[in-house]
Parts: sequence; C-alpha cells; structure tokens
Amino acid sequence: MKEKLVVSSSPHIRHLDTTSGIMLDVIIALIPATAYSFFIFGLSAAAVVCTSVLSAVICEFLWNLILKKPQSVGDFSAIVTGLILGLNLPPKTPLYVAAIGSLVAIIVVKQMFGGLGFNFVNPAIGARIVLLVSFPTAMASMSSYLEPITKVSVDTVTGATPLMLYGKEAAPSIKELFFGMTSGAIGETSAFLLLVGGVYLVLRKVISPIIPLSFIGTVALMTYLFSFSLNETLYFTLSGGLILGAVFMATDYVTSPASKIGKLIFGIGCGLLTFVIRKWGNLPEGVSYSIILMNILSPQIEKINLKKPFGLKEVKSNE
Amino acid sequence: MNKNLKIFTNGIITENPTLRLVLGTCPTLAVTTSAKNGIGMGLAATVVLVCSNAVISLLRKVIPDKVRIPAFITIIAGFVSVVQMFVKAFAPSIDKSLGIFLPLIVVNCIILARAEMFASKNSLVPSVLDGLGMGIGFTCTLTLMGIIRELLGAGTIGAGFFDKCIDMANHLTPMVIFLLPPGGFFVFGMLVALSNAIAKKNGKKTVDRIGCENCPSRAVCDRANCENEEVAVNE
Repeated sequence: MKEKLVVSSSPHIRHLDTTSGIMLDVIIALIPATAYSFFIFGLSAAAVVCTSVLSAVICEFLWNLILKKPQSVGDFSAIVTGLILGLNLPPKTPLYVAAIGSLVAIIVVKQMFGGLGFNFVNPAIGARIVLLVSFPTAMASMSSYLEPITKVSVDTVTGATPLMLYGKEAAPSIKELFFGMTSGAIGETSAFLLLVGGVYLVLRKVISPIIPLSFIGTVALMTYLFSFSLNETLYFTLSGGLILGAVFMATDYVTSPASKIGKLIFGIGCGLLTFVIRKWGNLPEGVSYSIILMNILSPQIEKINLKKPFGLKEVKSNE
Repeated sequence: MNKNLKIFTNGIITENPTLRLVLGTCPTLAVTTSAKNGIGMGLAATVVLVCSNAVISLLRKVIPDKVRIPAFITIIAGFVSVVQMFVKAFAPSIDKSLGIFLPLIVVNCIILARAEMFASKNSLVPSVLDGLGMGIGFTCTLTLMGIIRELLGAGTIGAGFFDKCIDMANHLTPMVIFLLPPGGFFVFGMLVALSNAIAKKNGKKTVDRIGCENCPSRAVCDRANCENEEVAVNE
C-alpha cells in the first residue's frame, strides 16, 4: 500500500463537464448557421445578432455588479442566450428591439428568478415572445424580413417567411428550404446547418436526441396525417423555427425534463402544440409558444415519472 | 386629533392597501392601462369606501355578528349602485373603459376588509378618515401604475385627461405588452418590490407572504380566527 488512502464523502467520481464547456459547445454548434445567415442576409443580420449578444453579456455583468453577486459572465450562458435570441429575430429588427429582448431575457426571465438554473422558461424564448407581443410591426410584418442575397442582388428587398407563403407561387422549393435560401428569422432558415449543429451536440453528448427527434417527428407526422402529402410535410418541417427551436431551445437543461420518458413527453407535447397553433391558430408560427408552454409544464412532467427509491415498496408492505 | 391624523395617513403609506396589504389586486391589474382609468377607479372606490365605512360604523352596534358580511355587502352594494349611476351620467367615457370593474367594486376586498377590520369596531370619525386614507392610497397606487403602463405601453402621459397629452409614440415604439395582463403583473410586482425595499430600509416588515403574520394591519385586527387560518396555511 504505497498510495495514500483518501477518505471523503460521495460523490467520488466527477464528470469533467462544466457549464462553460457545455455552453461553448452550443456556441460552436451554432456558428455554421450564424455565419451562413450573415452571408445570406448581410450586415443588418450581423448587427442584430451582435447587439443581442453584447447587450445580454452587458446585462448579466451589470446585474451581478450592482447586486454584488459572483460574476457569472464567464460561464458563457449569457452569450448563448443572446445568440439564440438574435437568431430568432427577423434580419431587419431595429437594434434597440434586440437590446430590449436581451434585457428581458437576462434580467427578467433569468436573473430575477435566481439566475442560471432557476429560470422557469427558456430566457431566449421568453424574450422573443415579449418582443413578439410588444413590437408586432417590427417582429412579424413582412417589412422586417429580407430575401436572401442568393435570390436578389440588393439586400433591401423584403419578403414574407415561408410559413406565410405556402401554396402561393412565391413559395420556396424544398431544396431551398433545406439549404436556407429563403427569408425568415436570422438563424432559422438553413435546416441543413442547424441539423449539423444538432448532430455535433448529440455526438458531444451535450444534448440527448430524444427531444429534437420527438418534437420534429410529431410535427411531421401530424402534418402528414392531415394532408397526406409528403411535399407539404417536408415543407412545414423545414420552414419556420422548428429545427432551431427543437435542437437548440427545447433541449435547454433547466427547462426540460431530465428523464428519458419525460423528454419524450416534452418533445411530443411541443410538436402537438406547434402543429395545433400552426394549423388552427391565427399566429404564423407556433414553435416558441409551444416550447414555453411545455417549459412551464416540465416540473409536472417530471413529477409523473419520479423514480421510486430502491426498497420503498418493502417499507410500505412492512407497515 | 393627532391620532385621527395617523389613521388618515396610515392608509396612504404605511398600510397602503395595494402595495402593503396586497388587497384589491384584481382592479389594480385590470384597469390600470392608463392614468385616467387608474384615477377613475381609485376615486370611485374611495367614495364607496368612505360612505360604507361611515354607515357601517354607525350601524356597528345594530348589525348582529353572525350576519355581518351580508349586511356589509348590502350596504356597499347600495353605494356602488349610486356611484355607478353618477359615473354613467357624468363621466360616460370612464364608465366605458372601466366596464365590469365598476360594479365589481362591491366585492373589492379593500372595502370589505376595512369594514370588517376597522369600521365595525370604531366610531364614525376615525372610520371616515380610515376610509379616506385607504381610498387615497388606493387611488395613488392605481394612478402611478396607470402612468407607468400608459407611458411604456402606449407612449402617452395622461391621454384623455388633458387636452394636449404628451405623445412619445412618434419618437419611440411603445411596448404593447405593458398594456396587456403580463405587463400589469410585471409593473405591480416591481412596485411591490420597491415598496418592500423601502419598508426594509425603514425597519418595517416586508410583504413576502400573504398571511396574518406579515399583515401590517395585524395590530388592529384581533379576530381569533386569524391565528387559526395561519396554522391552516402552514399545514
């Protein structure tokens, strides 16, 4: 016995994952889609994303500074929140709207409820919905969306998102949707690059594939059952914020269930709600509302499949 | 006289009905979409509060304890009907914007709470002063909330109140969410947090849980069932 025996309480084996490591992986996974969106939508998109990221970081920094809390900017979570929020905005969003969004996400949704790990809904989605309700002209009108640079030479042409266009002549083809040559929110257009990011996160074991697969699968299945057209199914699966939401927002650790069955219920619930809102609601897009509703439900989902502690039944039978 | 003055100022700051007693939150959240609505609602409730406090305090020895709540409600409802008719006749625009919340003053818990806690135990003058103080406190909070929500949500100050209201909507886009229920809850929460911070600074109890323990009116309220309710909440 040459080695010293160390006596300590459990846990004895710790995983090397850290918050900043996981957040860095999410940022890496979003880089392709972000870079591509800068390319197709031009400077205005880059300005919106930079504003939202910067103001998210500044808000986090100032909050901790003013309230004399340990500085949490270094865990990159504010950058991720700002980045995802920025990718959810239309390319021509006024910059102050993007900044207000970051303020709502970081201060109101996250820090006021206790900071990272205590937010009751995903901060980026909460902020997006606040902006959507507050600034309908800036967030949802045709004038705030741009046609991609691959289609027109001048980047000031505005255009409707594919969800508004289905069945009309101007509707993009499935291929254009898959590779992101359509208008839409900054980061939602290229299904291909978002899926690449998603696969990276799954391979790095940052996210589990259950939520994205069940979410997207449910939307696809429901669309098919109601249309019996493969084309329409693909169209509605690839357009809108579905893939961005399913891969990067619904999988947020804090606001989604931890168990496998819980994740499955969460994903299917998101999918059903998205489909219902898209099909019968008067909103153009249902992804963020469905995720926020399931976020609120996730403690209840966790409750229905709580694991029984080992030996609990025996204790009961003894009584 | 000094005592009466204290009863009067009590309702405005130390026992502000909405921010310190957290009573009457329903009209507070629902009607404060503009300063004008806030003032209208506050004044209507004040008139009812003063009149009902006066009558209940005069009848306090006649009303049997077992049926006091129905009796109070009947008296309050009478005054609400009077106020409603007055508002309909002289300020139809306020009547329109307050809608159902004007007749609902009948079940406003500030009025019932003051009847139960104060007017039914005190003589006429203190009861009237208490009603007036509480009513002014209620009006002030509602107006403040109305001003904040109107400014942030519609970009105007005192629209419909002054002939030339200040309109900022041309320079900045207002955030419509402040006119909607979530904005109301947000502004209300912020104001309660602010009043809590001030209370803490002055060494007073903060409102962080609704219950007899933290109720600023605990000193006046001596109902025995109060303690029992508190136990029930804890269980």
